[in-house]
Amino acid sequence: MNTEKQLFTVSIYTENNIGLLNRISAIFQRRHINIESLNTSPSEIEGVSRFTIVVNITEENMKKIIGQIEKQVEVIKAYYHYDEDTIYQESCIFKMKSDLLFEERQIQNIIKDNNARIVTVNKEFFVIEKSGRKEEVDLIYSELKPFGILQFTRSGRISVSKQPMEISQMLAAFN
Amino acid sequence: METQTIKNKETTTKVTERISGSEAVVRCLIEEGVKILYGYPGGAIMPVYDELYKFQDQIHHVLARHEQGATHAAQGYARISGDVGVAIATSGPGATNLITGIADAQIDSTPMVCITGQVASHLLGSDAFQETDIVGISSPVTKWNCQITKASDIPKILAKAFYIAKSGRPGPVLVDITKDAQFEEFDFSYEKCTKVRSYNPVPKIDATAIEAAAALINAAKKPLIVWGQGVILSAAEQAFKAVVEKAGIPAAWTILGASALPTSHPLNVGMVGMHGNYAPNILTNECDLLIAIGMRFDDRVTGNLETYAKQAKVIHFEIDPAEIDKNVKSDIAVLGDAKESLAQLLPLLNENKHTDWHQQFKDLYAIEYEKVIQYDLHPTKEGLTMGEVIHQINIQSKGDAAIVTDVGQHQMVACRYAEFNKTKSNITSGGLGTMGFGLPAAIGAKMAAPEREVVSISGDGGYQMTIQELGTIFQQKAAVKVVVLNNDFLGMVRQWQQLFFDKRYASTEMINPNFVAIAEGYYLKARKVTKREELADAVNEMMESKEAYFLEVCVEKEGNVFPMIPSGASVSDIRLS
Repeated sequence: MNTEKQLFTVSIYTENNIGLLNRISAIFQRRHINIESLNTSPSEIEGVSRFTIVVNITEENMKKIIGQIEKQVEVIKAYYHYDEDTIYQESCIFKMKSDLLFEERQIQNIIKDNNARIVTVNKEFFVIEKSGRKEEVDLIYSELKPFGILQFTRSGRISVSKQPMEISQMLAAFN
Repeated sequence: METQTIKNKETTTKVTERISGSEAVVRCLIEEGVKILYGYPGGAIMPVYDELYKFQDQIHHVLARHEQGATHAAQGYARISGDVGVAIATSGPGATNLITGIADAQIDSTPMVCITGQVASHLLGSDAFQETDIVGISSPVTKWNCQITKASDIPKILAKAFYIAKSGRPGPVLVDITKDAQFEEFDFSYEKCTKVRSYNPVPKIDATAIEAAAALINAAKKPLIVWGQGVILSAAEQAFKAVVEKAGIPAAWTILGASALPTSHPLNVGMVGMHGNYAPNILTNECDLLIAIGMRFDDRVTGNLETYAKQAKVIHFEIDPAEIDKNVKSDIAVLGDAKESLAQLLPLLNENKHTDWHQQFKDLYAIEYEKVIQYDLHPTKEGLTMGEVIHQINIQSKGDAAIVTDVGQHQMVACRYAEFNKTKSNITSGGLGTMGFGLPAAIGAKMAAPEREVVSISGDGGYQMTIQELGTIFQQKAAVKVVVLNNDFLGMVRQWQQLFFDKRYASTEMINPNFVAIAEGYYLKARKVTKREELADAVNEMMESKEAYFLEVCVEKEGNVFPMIPSGASVSDIRLS
């Protein structure tokens, strides 16, 4: 087992419960593990939520954490993945001054070259959206930065695994 | 035929009744078989108390003197009976005072349900009087918790609470109920919970793991069993004894595993860990196979993990998958309920004696006896030892008493020397090390098992942390025997100061009150012993007493507990002095 720290994507299927976010984040916090990103959303199964958490830790630690997560009563199943085992994306949006669109022709090229898109334009500002891998988001950020970004925000990673996770079968077995 | 049809109809039609949420709480408790609960009233839980008043012929509420005492009493109740202990408190400080007991129950896997009142739901988040986010506060120390704001959720949630608290690896559950939900009326019906989607309390046993474990055990030349509370929690004592005897394996216990196998059993080789016995600690680092059963390799058991049983293969019988490879890597993990796993293991084991290996334990015991035990149990010098008090209790109880201890030197001495004939006889705070646990836990234990002799043993420090529960003893007429081993010090901390901090006794000396007068103030029979000659008579008087009895024994001030594995050292570096 690799004893180096590396990025893992944790996928957790849970009941939709108010307090669960607290319980799950506490598992990381107690062990001083910094969460790189965290996303919660509905999953493909009605009434089941999905957490996608990215952490940078050793695999041995990762396994122990998965055990602690699965120990929570309302967690259905937790998995961890190497980057190469998942398809993952994050997205970001930029708010910029509308004048730039006319004064700095370069911006249009940046949008095109990065496969980003303009979400809205009005007199004062326009908004660019970009989805992709972390490096792609980093890249467009660095390219737009010199022009002055009014606001920038990026989402946590969302991912699907290449291998099936078989949550439905698992739930059927519980019933 | 006629009656048959009627019967079927009764069981299939859900009977509902329109009642208040607060009545539903009490009815749910009765449905769960709760006979006794421990608590303290207050504003946000008053509707439930009003119902407890109405149902007092069916369910007995014990008024503690502090909510922490209520939780420890519920824990004592649970530990001796195996049933779920129940504690109840109001919102705000009532709820936060439960936290120590809840944390204790969590780390020691004790089934407990705590019910707290909460401000009315429209006030939540408004910093109302006695409002506190107890669900948020308790979530790291509960197995599960939940807030109820609608009366109609009460039966389902409480049923789930009891099921989760008791099933699998047990633990504490907290249910917080807003005051409006207590007043609200709804159509009540009750159904016990038997499963929760997403929760798999008892992993299925893998037959191949059992076979692999049996093969290792049969091939081992120097096997050592270390068992924990899992044996008691899964009621595996018989199966466990059969395995130990058939395979002839020396078996040592963690503090919470004590009493699952009688102390006098020839294969019981004593306690492991920091103040455990010499032989099992030393030989942990000599065995060729370590068989861990229902234990979790706490750091107080293992000492330095880098040098813990590195030469041995490890089999881990465990119900909680998160414990596998958490601290000690196992070669074979047998997940599942200990009772069932051991029953499946038994027929696959070869009969064995391991006579030479067992002799090694006896030889090391002889060394420990000569260097430590004889001076503890049969001292000749002036000053009573804690050990001789325990020894005297053993003699007079014949090993049948349940010993409830607090935390510190007296706890280690009691666990080392108490003789246990029966399972569930050692009730102590192991994982959390909660001073103040003992006295209230003894009340719960005595009330759950009134037929048993329950002896609470505390030090002068911990005793004063929950001394107010003498009031509960008096009010409930709980015939608990209360022993305080008084050395006028916080003895364990003082021992560490002596050994590791050049005797700088920072804030460990205690100027104590007149303990006998305090006990008498609570109308308890009380006696103080300062001389060896008085000890046997005093213990006899205590044991003969039909009512609660307080006995203070003044022991030597600077006695130390040995053997000892210094913090961070290897188990085989255990010191005898």
